[in-house]
Amino acid sequence: MTVTADQPGVDEARALGLTDAEYGLIVEKLGRAPNQVELAMFSLLWSEHCSYKHSRKLLGTLPTEGPRVVMGPGENAGAVDVGDGLAVAFKVESHNHPSAVEPFQGAATGVGGILRDIFAIGARPIAVLDSLRFGEPNSPRSRYLLDRAVAGIGHYGNSIGVPTVGGEVYFEAPYETNCLVNAMALGIGEQSKLVRSAAAGIGNVVVLFGASTGRDGIGGASVLASAELGADEDKRPTVQVGDPFEEKKLLECSLELLDRGLLVSLQDLGAAGLTSSAAEMASGGGVGMDIDVALVPLREAAMEPFEIMVSESQERMLCVCEPDRLADVIAVTDTWEVHGTAIGTVTDSGHMRIYRGDELVGDMPVAALVDDCPLYDLEPAAPSEPLYDPPVATLAPGAGLRGSLLALLCAPNIASRRPLFEQYDCLVQSRTARRPEQADAAVLVLDPSQDSDAPRRAIAVTIDGSGRRVAADPYRGAIEAVLECASNLACVGAEPLGTTNCLNFGNPEKPHIAWQLTEAVRGIGDACRALEAPIVGGNVSLYNEGTTGPIYPTPVIGMVGELPDAARAGGLGFARAGAAVAIAGEFAPWLPGGELAKLRGEVLPDGLPGVDLGQIRAAQGAIRAAVRAGELSSAHDIAEGGFLVAVAESCLAGGLGATLDLGPSDDPAKHLFGEGPGGFVVSGPRAALEALAQRTPLDIFGTVGGDALEVTIAGERFAATLDELRTAHGALGPLFP
Amino acid sequence: MTVGVVRFPGSCDETDAVLAAARVGDARLLWHADPDLHGVDAVVIPGGFSYGDYLRVGAIARFAPVMESVARFAGGGGLVLGICNGFQVLCEAGLLPGALLPNAGLRFVCRQVDVEVVNTGTPFTGACARGDVLSIPVKHTTGRFHAPDGVLERLEAHDQIVLRYAPGCNPNGSERDIAGVMNEAGNVVGLMPHPEHAVDALTGSADGLALFESMRDHVARAVAA
Repeated sequence: MTVTADQPGVDEARALGLTDAEYGLIVEKLGRAPNQVELAMFSLLWSEHCSYKHSRKLLGTLPTEGPRVVMGPGENAGAVDVGDGLAVAFKVESHNHPSAVEPFQGAATGVGGILRDIFAIGARPIAVLDSLRFGEPNSPRSRYLLDRAVAGIGHYGNSIGVPTVGGEVYFEAPYETNCLVNAMALGIGEQSKLVRSAAAGIGNVVVLFGASTGRDGIGGASVLASAELGADEDKRPTVQVGDPFEEKKLLECSLELLDRGLLVSLQDLGAAGLTSSAAEMASGGGVGMDIDVALVPLREAAMEPFEIMVSESQERMLCVCEPDRLADVIAVTDTWEVHGTAIGTVTDSGHMRIYRGDELVGDMPVAALVDDCPLYDLEPAAPSEPLYDPPVATLAPGAGLRGSLLALLCAPNIASRRPLFEQYDCLVQSRTARRPEQADAAVLVLDPSQDSDAPRRAIAVTIDGSGRRVAADPYRGAIEAVLECASNLACVGAEPLGTTNCLNFGNPEKPHIAWQLTEAVRGIGDACRALEAPIVGGNVSLYNEGTTGPIYPTPVIGMVGELPDAARAGGLGFARAGAAVAIAGEFAPWLPGGELAKLRGEVLPDGLPGVDLGQIRAAQGAIRAAVRAGELSSAHDIAEGGFLVAVAESCLAGGLGATLDLGPSDDPAKHLFGEGPGGFVVSGPRAALEALAQRTPLDIFGTVGGDALEVTIAGERFAATLDELRTAHGALGPLFP
Repeated sequence: MTVGVVRFPGSCDETDAVLAAARVGDARLLWHADPDLHGVDAVVIPGGFSYGDYLRVGAIARFAPVMESVARFAGGGGLVLGICNGFQVLCEAGLLPGALLPNAGLRFVCRQVDVEVVNTGTPFTGACARGDVLSIPVKHTTGRFHAPDGVLERLEAHDQIVLRYAPGCNPNGSERDIAGVMNEAGNVVGLMPHPEHAVDALTGSADGLALFESMRDHVARAVAA
């Protein structure tokens, strides 16, 4: 049988995002010119989004192994051992360009996609977190994107019964025309029942189930995700539309199929649809696969074979089962009304063969599709002049310490996220022991059915990454993002188990972007090695450049830790009047590149101060131990806005004021508002804090109590009532009328 | 007591409801397509998005095979508790008065709220004292209770308002701060707050446990009688 020949040429290849050299290589691998089906499939699998051709070499430098790693990079999601035979799977992924084009569906399907990655390995999704970046909220476009993206995340997560337990959002001008929407999901499952995606068993059946296939999202991976966004909005048709109800059924069906041991392997259909799922399954198992597109249930008539193969219609899964299990598999998919259909066979050909009925419409070596995409070396070069304009000043030059505090609290990057997170169900599944704004990390009990006084084993999870700090210093900024996550975990008493990352950068073919990417990955690697928190999975999103230049380089870090007893999980709010307040840890406040410098309109510094990773790890360990021992009343990591903003946040979360006397200072603004990793605001009995001071640097500065925050520093005294603090902190409320 | 929790495709809080009921008795799931209630002593219609709720909330679920059996069960005096989507389904099924409309703010809202126990004479609130304030979360987009004035007057007159949002806590614009109502016979109750998410202080509050304990006590008394 010969392959259907229609002859697209190099022009079509270019339009699909391939270079002339890549097209030539495809011709060489096939021994002939590819037809339309083949060219479409190659263009997607060889896109940056699927092949990681500009980042794969760099990613190879990251630490990925450790005693607790159950599943590392390369699977649908990574997983770590949490004891009792259980594993927690997690991963963060981007959905930036779809969200910039259509924020509601873009964000919603971002959540849907990351959830499928989790249950594809046999873990039940138990939490979602999101990481968002927009332009300044005084821009109508940014407010629109924020409003719709938040609604989309809520729509999907709330409807599918997975709690959204945390997240973060930053507003910075470089994201104005290229917003970021990253979603992270966690799942839990028995280690012995986790499945990999590799197809196996010659003659086994390939079954597609879930939604029917339409023309939505065709070319999303190559056209949207692997090129810069232009001003045109013609890309809207490449955004998929999500259906959380369909996914809810898909989730329950997938987990039942796996629980009953009916499957050999399972894979979700994400970017590049059936093309990438089938090819990756076949590649993983070292087998071939025959697919008959005429058997694929369609929602639109007369779809071409290439359209069926590359459609990114949402809520679909692909599985492999033994022939004598097929009837059982179909019965389960019928129960959940996700019509399973056998569409292909595992073969020993080593080829991906696409049929339309009896007609062979595509025939490609699996290895050529998946492994032979050329990998590119980056050509990094540090920029010789600043890449980013200074932020617009919003703080009057004469603002005093009190004015600066209130301005920081109502700054978009610091103000309360309550108007956002109240749109998310953070409770469903009955695991959530620490909700948003109660603690620095979400805490989830492992066994919600436990009804005894025994310790409640739990995991904690957090996500973070300040692009402005990375823009100032890609290496140290990335280190700070990893440290921030570990500090958040320490504040609830959790020890890191593993890390996931989403690397959101501009066009890597530009030397200065390549430099940002290279330096940031080096920083993440060094920090994760120092913390022994290996990277178990992640995602890369490049070409994040809108009409006004590149985004801030934004590595988003998600980290999962464990704690022995959720009942002892730390909280960030002051909890007891009369408790002593202290600053603890290895903290060296520095104003440049921080939030106050942004409000003042200062240009980004060229570099951030270095840190001693070992000392900061030790400080985190000391805080963690004190929290676990129940010695502290509160623990909060010092982040944006510095020490005094952290104190104010502890006041607001606990509904208690504090009186601080910080003594002499040669630079009060630096001491109160300077930023840097490794610092904590803690409160507790004076004796407990003095004991903690034996294990990490610690200075007691004041006392919890009253209904105002009163500060004395360098002979100057100022105060703000809790109501004043709360009003300032509520500044995002009007964005959601 | 065995509590049956109905599971529709698209239900989200059914497992939480089973866990909560299991703290006071036995609990099992009931499948939407199976009209057999398997001899349970009480039925919970849980929260979530039954069949996706792409039409009007609860509008499709009322036609599920299991709902015919639930209606018969309720007609015979069986205890039925609808929570959130379950409340919406019971209103659509005509087992409870009124309707749930989109929140006044038109957004999903997830928030811990204080609710006041208005009527302690129900099988679901017998373990509470009148005026008790319970801390229970809400999470919904369509939770604004509405009924014509005449119906509201009748609900007040017949003590059919079971829970009200405490002053300042109404999250959705419900008329007269109504958070939960019962039918005239008193055996069917619908709530927008989620008592099944308030059964453990570690996850926020244990105040909702009183409703499940009330059910257990009522069933025990009925069996004893």
